[in-house]
Amino acid sequence: MNRHVVRYYFTEGIRGIFLHAFSSFAAVGVITACLLIMGSFTLVAVNVQELVTELEQRSDINLTVDENLSDSMARSMGSRINEIDNVMRADFTSREEVFEAFAERTDPLLMVGLSPDIFQHRYRIYLVDVQFADETVNLLKALPGAAEVEFDRGLLETLLSIRQVVRMVSVAMIAALLIVSLFIMQNTIKLATFERREEIAVMRVVGATKGFIRNPFVVEGFILGSMAGLLAYLALSFIYSRFSSSLLEPLEIIAPISFSELWLPVFAAFVLTGFLVGVFGSVLTIRKYLRA
Amino acid sequence: MVGPSGSGKSTIIKLLTSEIRPSEGKVMVNGYNINTIKPGAVPMLRRTLGVIFQDFRLIEKKNVFENVAFAMRAVGSSPKDVKTRVPYVLDLVGLSHKARRRPHELSGGEQQRVAIARALINNPMVIIADEPTGNLDPARSLEIMTLLERINALGTTVLAVTHEKTLVDRFAKRVIAIDAGRIVSDKQGGYYTNEQTRR
Repeated sequence: MNRHVVRYYFTEGIRGIFLHAFSSFAAVGVITACLLIMGSFTLVAVNVQELVTELEQRSDINLTVDENLSDSMARSMGSRINEIDNVMRADFTSREEVFEAFAERTDPLLMVGLSPDIFQHRYRIYLVDVQFADETVNLLKALPGAAEVEFDRGLLETLLSIRQVVRMVSVAMIAALLIVSLFIMQNTIKLATFERREEIAVMRVVGATKGFIRNPFVVEGFILGSMAGLLAYLALSFIYSRFSSSLLEPLEIIAPISFSELWLPVFAAFVLTGFLVGVFGSVLTIRKYLRA
Repeated sequence: MVGPSGSGKSTIIKLLTSEIRPSEGKVMVNGYNINTIKPGAVPMLRRTLGVIFQDFRLIEKKNVFENVAFAMRAVGSSPKDVKTRVPYVLDLVGLSHKARRRPHELSGGEQQRVAIARALINNPMVIIADEPTGNLDPARSLEIMTLLERINALGTTVLAVTHEKTLVDRFAKRVIAIDAGRIVSDKQGGYYTNEQTRR
């Protein structure tokens, strides 16, 4: 493609933006708002996911070994526990270690005359995926020598439900807002083609190719979409950096993910989405127009 | 090409420019078969034609130079070629001195001359003029037909569709008369007569 043809596309694309400036900037505004809402939901989802992962890593199952099992048999249980698919790792704590830990937290007077035999050997078991904790607990209970298996789901259960809801809402919102953005872009480009219908008619008569007629509109859509992506990124980075701490810190569970860890994927996603909305919106519109 | 309203003159022009396809028969234009032409080849066919309309179809927001240059840019010509060729063609149609005027600042005859310059700018093999004098007074009509005759003399085929008997009689060119979609007369140096179209 000739350099002057590319320059022509960009000159005409930029001229198109200013030919119907109000609708162009209204489109940028609406698409920015859509991207901002999409981005906010995504960041909430990312933070909830991070919280769930963090709690998953902290969650464990306590298995108490049958008191009648010998020390060596109790220790050998570890290999059978580790054979279970969802088990990430199993840490053994002997009854002596349990006794010592208990003694450290207890008044020595109360410990007089007590021996480690009052405690049982234990395993602290960490899981690969806590969603399958129930199945794992059942498998552990079925192991010979397992006296008691405990798993406290507590807050994690609630967070898993929240994650599910946030995921569903995010996907629905993103899909709806993408459609809205495409619709707005299509309308803007439709207006652009209307403003330049005389030029398009002349171009067709003199033998301009469809690509030559279409590309300035695609450039226009690309510029508007990318501008919206960039503005949405700047707005979200400001809002997130400013307000995420004050919103999440009161929960006292986890600190929000720092924006410095998120800026690159957020930037890429916003600019790419804006670009795609702009390009697809204009291609779809001008294709209909050129077919007519 | 002459004929009464509804005789098929506009349909023939649409066939020649590949806006429509023939339902029967064969249409060949400058080596392109309109019956089988692929969509991608239509712009290439149109580059071999220059079309002039009764209503001029100039772009109001562009001046004379830009209107003509636009047709060159639309086929991907370089700015350097545009700068060289547009003044030459404007000179050919006698509008060099009005290059910076907008269409609404020109008379009807001048606007049609801009349209002719635009049709000529890509050096077509054939000029198709659809009622080029339909919106002009007799003096301006004569001026436009004289210009088309001059272009023809320079080697470009000119197909003019007109209703104007006086002009057809005056120029005494090949006249194809059609009626109800059929050629009813095709005479070299023939004259437009009511008898011919009725036959």
